[in-house]
Amino acid sequence: MDERAPRPLPWQGEWPVIGAVAVGGALGATARYAAGLLWPTPEAAFPWTTLVVNVVGCALMGILMVLITEVWTGHRLLRPFLGTGILGGFTTFSTYAVDIGRLAAAGRLPLALAYLAGTLLAALSAVALAGATTRALLGLRRRPA
Amino acid sequence: MNWLLVVAGAMVGAPLRFLTDRFVQARHDTVFPWGTWTVNAVGSLILGLLTGAVATGAAGSHTQLLLGTGLCGALTTYSTFSYETLRLATDGARRYAALNIVLSLAAGLTAAGAGMALAHALWS
Repeated sequence: MDERAPRPLPWQGEWPVIGAVAVGGALGATARYAAGLLWPTPEAAFPWTTLVVNVVGCALMGILMVLITEVWTGHRLLRPFLGTGILGGFTTFSTYAVDIGRLAAAGRLPLALAYLAGTLLAALSAVALAGATTRALLGLRRRPA
Repeated sequence: MNWLLVVAGAMVGAPLRFLTDRFVQARHDTVFPWGTWTVNAVGSLILGLLTGAVATGAAGSHTQLLLGTGLCGALTTYSTFSYETLRLATDGARRYAALNIVLSLAAGLTAAGAGMALAHALWS
């Protein structure tokens, strides 16, 4: 590529995708906000609600990515809307990081470390198991690496 | 009408994550997911700052819903972080998968802590 040729700006020709991500993100964030209202966790307690939100979002991501990359040849806005938008807006890394810091600052270091490791292990297991289960149910073979 | 603040923040945060990821991923040649790493670190810094601001009384609950639950919540992502880590591991790049976990946690926790400390230095 000609080094002097200007790169296209990230948003050029992407307005439908950006719109799908924005609407999906709003839906996902609203669902996360509703979960926090339904199951509030007290300050300095183990953040169960955020953990469950993140793990459920990861399980759905595992299912979605198998369906989108191996089953459907769906609409081009499907992945931005469902994956980047809804699931990206539903799950959160910032609240996870800040809650670990808050628990540690409140002198509850073992709880902070349990939350850190618990979310990580559950989230990674969820995306792997949900993907493998989806593949097994649909009789798909393992995606070649 | 609190949920409208969350929606407004998320409608900025989610596209900002998408565009940042596109921008960052177009500028390096490794398999490392620097795009997601960047949004998670930046979002953790902003949320740390905001959490500190709320604790010191410099910001209120409406700001927290708009910028915290809405913007930072949608700007950062655990699902893409997990998926990209798994992809690296199953595609034979286990070291990168482990590195992604370590660097994402290190950056997120450092950024969140720095944001909270900065807020307390500025407003308390």
